[in-house]
Amino acid sequence: MAYDYSKYLRAGKIPHIWCPGCGYGIIMKSLIRAIDATGIDKDDIVLTSGIGCASRLPGYMDFNTLHTTHGRSLAFATGVKVANPKLKVIALGGDGDMTAIGGNHFIHACRRNIDITCFVFNNYIYGMTGGQYSPTTPKNSKATTAPYGNADNQFDIAQLAIGAGATFVARTTTYHAVPMEKLIKQALDHKGFSVVEIMAGCPTGYGRKNKQGSPANMILWQKENAVPANKAKEMSEEEMAGKFAIGVLHEVQKAEYVEAYDAQVGLK
Amino acid sequence: MAREIRFLQGNEAVCEGALYAGCRFYAGYPITPSTEIAEGLSASLPKVGGRFIQMEDELAAMAATIGGSIAGKKSMTATSGPGMSLKMENLGYGYLTEIPCVIVNVMRGGPSTGLPTGPGQSDVMQAKWGTHGDHPAIVLTPSTVQEQLNETVRAFNLAEKYRMPVILLTDEIIGHMREAIEIPEPGELEVIDRKRPTCDPKDYKPYKPEADLVPPMADFGSGYRYHITGLNHAEDGFPSNNGKMAQADEIRQENKVMHHYDDIVKVEEFECADAEIIVFAYGSSARSAKEAVIKAREEGVKVGLFRPLTLWPFPEKHLEKYVGKTKKFIVPELNLGMIKLEVDRVVKGQAEVVGINKIDSDPITPVEIMDEIRRSK
Amino acid sequence: MGKAESINIIVEYCKGCEICVELCPTKVLDMKDFKAHVADLDKCIACMQCELRCPDFAIEVYKKG
Repeated sequence: MAYDYSKYLRAGKIPHIWCPGCGYGIIMKSLIRAIDATGIDKDDIVLTSGIGCASRLPGYMDFNTLHTTHGRSLAFATGVKVANPKLKVIALGGDGDMTAIGGNHFIHACRRNIDITCFVFNNYIYGMTGGQYSPTTPKNSKATTAPYGNADNQFDIAQLAIGAGATFVARTTTYHAVPMEKLIKQALDHKGFSVVEIMAGCPTGYGRKNKQGSPANMILWQKENAVPANKAKEMSEEEMAGKFAIGVLHEVQKAEYVEAYDAQVGLK
Repeated sequence: MAREIRFLQGNEAVCEGALYAGCRFYAGYPITPSTEIAEGLSASLPKVGGRFIQMEDELAAMAATIGGSIAGKKSMTATSGPGMSLKMENLGYGYLTEIPCVIVNVMRGGPSTGLPTGPGQSDVMQAKWGTHGDHPAIVLTPSTVQEQLNETVRAFNLAEKYRMPVILLTDEIIGHMREAIEIPEPGELEVIDRKRPTCDPKDYKPYKPEADLVPPMADFGSGYRYHITGLNHAEDGFPSNNGKMAQADEIRQENKVMHHYDDIVKVEEFECADAEIIVFAYGSSARSAKEAVIKAREEGVKVGLFRPLTLWPFPEKHLEKYVGKTKKFIVPELNLGMIKLEVDRVVKGQAEVVGINKIDSDPITPVEIMDEIRRSK
Repeated sequence: MGKAESINIIVEYCKGCEICVELCPTKVLDMKDFKAHVADLDKCIACMQCELRCPDFAIEVYKKG
């Protein structure tokens, strides 16, 4: 039976604004199925975002949705969560939103281990403004602001999250639509700060400039370069060059921020 | 029953006012000379079931404050000049999305890091015009430690009533001075809570105003699922590129403040009725101004003090009463003449307007104001 | 693997990215007037990959049985 997404979509909002072949619609569908699987009441879910293509996602979803300022998704989400910890808070944004302008909020949310689920949509580019290089644009890639090739080094978002103290970190891709759904559910079920980095193609802003071929080709590129986490552990740095690990990369249990705060100050 | 008398620092009085008003969430970032507010509320909020969080920067503190309010808690943050500059981004978000919250700016010298430990009043225009775009602003300027408490309560009330951020604009002098104040009994001061929707959730439009131009606001998690965005939006909360609609909505927001001028604007008019000279002063400078006016009256000079407790909206209706009657306005302020421009605008050349201006980290003294009053004779 | 009873293409949602056409393992789909189109339903093995990877909520696969 075809999956019925309409329970979680706001009526009349589809078609969405994303370009033909953009992977973000695939992520939205996996996210819906994962949330459905958790059984959390729609009234209890708060979905926040920053600015950019990814950050338009909450507008389509029938939850309490907060489309904030550029990079500040997690800062707003933190306020919501601390003020009412009963809410299930999900914060999302793109690579530029979360790790450039929002990088400070990202690392500190990781450090606090506040119970927020964070999705970073990584398409290697600033899409909304037309294809400028971001902190995850591969070195030497072309972007509208890197016409001679990108001189910057890349952030590894998952490693950044692990280093900063997130207690659940995973990576997936739009090729892996079903495993993505399962990882998202695991992240939602995790108590503490969880991060899922989701690789997605931007055919318009990144693909064309870098000769990545069709949207389907960009999805197949993910399949070819994704290495399951357990296999990646056994591979050398040279073998992993140009590839990336997918699956659960890090999972530990640690006191959750609001609970730790409440215990510290003697609340409830 | 006699009220409790306490000897409090101005910043401590802000904490008392916040608790009195029902503040239950504070997100801040340390900065001189406002830090005692964060310190005070970190200690007292948990005792009333509230929470405090120290964020990673001022952008985050402003964002979290708005987030806390959306989750249904009366929320506040406090800062000083450099932090206020950072808060401007999300303050603008708070205006466009109409989220009630209180921002305290304990002014110091500036621009940039400036004179961190001295007083200033150079953020008075920033408080109105600091974030980009057109928006209404409500800015309160207390002059005493008692007013630090009372005006903080009023700031929350106005924020809740008009569904918008309200700035309590104080300065290092009042923030750090100590005075004996009366703690109001519970129920003595009015405490206002925001209007929340009572309609069926499926009919809720988060930006559909009522007759007072203020739309009821639902807490996230209360069953009213809706969308909040910093993009211009329709009454249903969803983004729209309809420029005419955006204009109408922003004018409605301007009007929700300006149509309630009489409720929002509060001014002390001291000895103004027969005054030939009026000293227009706010905040810490108004303390010296009052002293100077009292002394000058003793010398037989017909001088009054016009002291806005609401600096924005600018109290022009109150001030206009004196235009044409008063020969001279003296505007002492710890900046190079910012609010004097507003006085000039209202006086329209019908009287002399003279500024007394200092940005050297020292207060303006009563003697300096007396000298200007005497020069007028 | 099963079979599909029907594949519904919501033409108003389809943006013509061709992901479904290129990733279908049995070449069930093609393009018609710049939109996805069911060319040969009999070849469908109901693997659901087109539905899962359609970014535009434009494909619904109904399995047999």
